[in-house]
Amino acid sequence: MRARRLGWLAALVGGAVLAGCDRGPLADRATRTKRAFGAVRLPSNVHAAPGLPVRFGVGRAATPAEIVALDVDVTPDGHGLPPGSGTPTQGAAVFAAKCAACHGAAGEGQAGPPPAGVPPAPKLVGRDPRDGFPFGQDPELVKTVGNYWPYATTVFDYVRRAMPLTAPGTLTNDEVYAIVAFLLAQNEIIDRSVALDSATLVAVRMPAREKFVLDDRKGGATFR
Amino acid sequence: MHEDETAGQGKGDTANGTRSDHPAEERNGLVTRRGLIAAAAASAGGAILARLPAEAQAPATRAAPAGPSVQAPSPAPVSGAFELADVPADPTRAPGPPTSALGARSPFETPARSPAGVLSGSSYTPLHELTGTVTPSDLVFERHHAGVALIDPAKYELLIHGLVERPTVFTLDDLRRLPSESRTCFLECSGNGRGAFKTPKREMSPQAVDGLTSSGEWTGVPLAVLFREVGVRRGASWIRAEGGDASRLSRSVPVEKGLADAMIAFAFNGEPLRPANGYPARLLLPGYEGNANIKWVRRIELADSPGMFRDETSKYTDPLANGTARQFSLVMDAKSIITAPAHPARLTPNAWTQITGIAWTGRGKIVRVDVSTDGGASWVVADLQAPVMSLAHTRFRLPWKWDGKRTVLMSRAVDETGAIQPTLAEFRAKRGAGTDYHFSYIRSWVVEPDGQVFFAVDV
Repeated sequence: MRARRLGWLAALVGGAVLAGCDRGPLADRATRTKRAFGAVRLPSNVHAAPGLPVRFGVGRAATPAEIVALDVDVTPDGHGLPPGSGTPTQGAAVFAAKCAACHGAAGEGQAGPPPAGVPPAPKLVGRDPRDGFPFGQDPELVKTVGNYWPYATTVFDYVRRAMPLTAPGTLTNDEVYAIVAFLLAQNEIIDRSVALDSATLVAVRMPAREKFVLDDRKGGATFR
Repeated sequence: MHEDETAGQGKGDTANGTRSDHPAEERNGLVTRRGLIAAAAASAGGAILARLPAEAQAPATRAAPAGPSVQAPSPAPVSGAFELADVPADPTRAPGPPTSALGARSPFETPARSPAGVLSGSSYTPLHELTGTVTPSDLVFERHHAGVALIDPAKYELLIHGLVERPTVFTLDDLRRLPSESRTCFLECSGNGRGAFKTPKREMSPQAVDGLTSSGEWTGVPLAVLFREVGVRRGASWIRAEGGDASRLSRSVPVEKGLADAMIAFAFNGEPLRPANGYPARLLLPGYEGNANIKWVRRIELADSPGMFRDETSKYTDPLANGTARQFSLVMDAKSIITAPAHPARLTPNAWTQITGIAWTGRGKIVRVDVSTDGGASWVVADLQAPVMSLAHTRFRLPWKWDGKRTVLMSRAVDETGAIQPTLAEFRAKRGAGTDYHFSYIRSWVVEPDGQVFFAVDV
């Protein structure tokens, strides 16, 4: 089973699976039928299910325009960063108007109870602890953009797709750049004079960048 | 940038003043049909009022769902709900009510989720009120990041693009025409158990401890079938999936998972998905943490790298004791929990009872569950309900007679890779007291001399 899947994966990734042969998850129904009914004689008018095409041709072609409209991902290599720019100073004004009610004036988190109908919003600003990365050891530490987020592009991506929580998708690209600039400046990651755009944002190196490791758990007797 | 709200809630959780024998309507000051029934029953001298636990839904605290207007069909006729007041003294002396369009539970049974939080919230499956391995659809846990997306199926579309030969848009009808599969598997939030780990309370029920896991039969199109429709190109190593909710929640998973057993699921337990669980279609990644199983999935991009989205960087990563944080820790660890006897149960001394619970692992099948009735000093192999299904809740059972002395009950799962559920001490040593997800250590329950069972906060 495993060998068949891997073989199919190789063929698929190689782009070779185009002919109408019968491979993949629906593969070899004749063999399956034979295995199930091998010892039994099927009536003469009952047959194994015929092979299936590689493709069923279902769905319609997506247009480049609709892909662009839907694909809002911004990734660490800068893919998806739109035209526009914003400074920490501009960001302070946008943040005060659209974010501070929940996240606090300086991004320090909610002081009192949240506005009706929204959950408590977290602290966004804070670099401590500056030495090490003791989040696993110390349950009291609060994760912020400054001390935990490994990529600046994630801040842009998340703010643009999901914030403000009660009105997502309403910020302009310039406003998002400005909010990200404000948060990075508040976290002492960029200078207050820096304007963020697609070139400067992708160049920002976050303090926690090197602290993340890939999953090394594999099951088995050793608990990791 | 809201906080996770998976800190442990349960209607058996008496620590927050939420007593299990206290109807929610009273707390909310609402007059509801159920409240009236309860009042009627009470005035009829029924002791059954005490059996009416909190009705978990609290619509008054919920924001009205925003989103496209959906033409609701007119409500089905009689839902078949039964009322306590209609329960005759002797059911053999009078015919009962007729058939009905929709089934309903006995008025004596009122299992409920325990919703918490607004917009970014969760509700917990009442594990201690369920038996077997299948979670009823209306009791499947919820975890939303911007509320429940309400989607008109006629407008639903799934775009698959990126490193593919043919970027394609699939309608729901397209998905339903393609070859489908059904598989039974669990779905667990990787934050499940956070409340029990961070702020444990003796009065936590299994629902409050681990209610963010559910299991049942999912039906959908294998992602591998859709990959053949679009023609995945060389170099595609990651799938980036995006939801159609107001948080447009996005996650990245290795493309191998898509080829192995992922599906675009459109049904659960024999009917279309419920809105809270991703209607009309969601990504299902058997054995992977719940958050990656993107609900209301509207876009899948094949790419050569992960997107490094918020929910795979600042959230859903595991800070470790060694000063790093584990990323893309997608597979759920082997785990189990005793669901009975557990808080708020009370045992009778020197009487037989049954210790039972569920075990599951993201790495295949559960092969053994050990139960200890002496705080881990010794273990007994429990019976597993056959058939044991890969990546699904597995029911274990062990008949037991309590001798009336204080003791601690534990369960310990072993999966087919040989992984053994660790003790809390082993878990803390490896992951750290500040770790944030995948709380898979052994759960323990204290039986006090008076028979009351409590969650063990320090074992």
